[in-house]
Amino acid sequence: MSDGPDELEKNDGQRFDRLPETPADRTVEGRVSREEVLEYFADRFAIPPETFDGHTFWEKGAGKIWIYGGEAPTPVEIEAMGMTCLRTRQEHWKPTTDFAQRFGRHAEACVIELDRERARRFAAGEDQELEWDGDWGYLIAAHEVGVEVGAEDERSGDGEPVDRDALEPLGIGLYVHGELRSMVPKGRQRDL
Amino acid sequence: MEPLERYRPIVDDFEAFLAACRRPLGTAVRVNTIKTSVERATATLEEDGVEFDQADWNPRVLRLETDSPGATWASFHGFTHGQEEVSAVPPVVLDPQPGERVWDACAAPGGKATQIAALMDDEGTVVANDSNLGRISALRFNAERLGATNLAVTNADARNYSLSPFSFDEFDRALVDAPCSCEGTIRKNPDALENWSEDHIASVSGIQKGILRRAVQATTAGGTVVYSTCTFAPEENEAVVQHVLEEEDCRVLEFDLGLEHAPGLTEWDGQEFDESLERAARIYPHHNDTGGFFVAKLEVTA
Repeated sequence: MSDGPDELEKNDGQRFDRLPETPADRTVEGRVSREEVLEYFADRFAIPPETFDGHTFWEKGAGKIWIYGGEAPTPVEIEAMGMTCLRTRQEHWKPTTDFAQRFGRHAEACVIELDRERARRFAAGEDQELEWDGDWGYLIAAHEVGVEVGAEDERSGDGEPVDRDALEPLGIGLYVHGELRSMVPKGRQRDL
Repeated sequence: MEPLERYRPIVDDFEAFLAACRRPLGTAVRVNTIKTSVERATATLEEDGVEFDQADWNPRVLRLETDSPGATWASFHGFTHGQEEVSAVPPVVLDPQPGERVWDACAAPGGKATQIAALMDDEGTVVANDSNLGRISALRFNAERLGATNLAVTNADARNYSLSPFSFDEFDRALVDAPCSCEGTIRKNPDALENWSEDHIASVSGIQKGILRRAVQATTAGGTVVYSTCTFAPEENEAVVQHVLEEEDCRVLEFDLGLEHAPGLTEWDGQEFDESLERAARIYPHHNDTGGFFVAKLEVTA
């Protein structure tokens, strides 16, 4: 009984604490580890763990995980660092819209492509009926936008557009019962 | 426009200056290279059906032919951020490098702080501070929307700023985009001069001196400090830099600026300033059809 969870500290929601490397390094009750966060992004979205080699993960608030690329000691009491990326301490972990837009281009699974009209409804925060053969739960919604002018064409000056992976993440959607629910927060929703 | 009369002796073509101040300002955005390339951002704006012109001095600054730059796919994706053209000048003059530690002393709502993060390729540390808690939420919102992961936000008075939350004790570079009387924003805010008074200028000038002194102290020897305001008042510009030249170890540097501008003043209202203040830049609205701005670049010498 001496190494049970009753020896772990309580989470202090007012400060940033860096996530422990592995579950075995955990000192705070219920806190996820870096390893588990990387596993989640790899298992769910096939985002390679090395994508985050330059970043650290932190918890502030109950289950709110932040991704940060700068320097800071742990713990640290400041207003914000980097961005909130994931909500843990609940059955189904939920990534944020801002995380999906920043890192979602690395995802190769659970990405649902929307046409322009569906993307417009998604950005406006609407739910929509949609067929999807993949897993239920949180998905990265994406659409084709801003088809890039290829660098070579630019040099030669003919300006022919070249389609170089034009799929761009919009945010997080929740797929259940044949319906895609937009998780774009109110402040980020737009009528386009 | 009455308060601006005091600048008649120092502004070239004063009538053109006044005429420009009366014209409303166009809409400009900055391309956020943390999330995309200039090519893709402009291709997205073309899909959005929004006409634009690239600024000659900075290909990342676009002048848009629309009144609602937020209602575009480019904005939704965080490819673009609404930011006045001259407001994109100070981070370029600061010239931060990937991996450095950079302080933005008065950062909210975050246009310049996120531009600094982008110029650093989102690598290193940007400490974005603001004394006003109410404005911190806008700073946080913009940092997350634009995907700046190297940015930490603090809420403190910049005049006696402490680096104690962090694991380092000085910055490589600092930007002081100081709170000011905002005369230069008259084209955006027609009532910018409504509460204008020399007393207000005198009191805000004291705050500016305190912040700029702290920025020089908190920056490593050989490091860079940029001081900027969106006002014409020499009391808030050259006089602030003059004060810090006298009190701290630093000097004024020359810098290249691809925008038309006038040199800083060496004299105002009976007060003389160091000759090196001519290296500062005064950007007037009629020069480039923008808002008004002042920028000085300092090197910390000890």
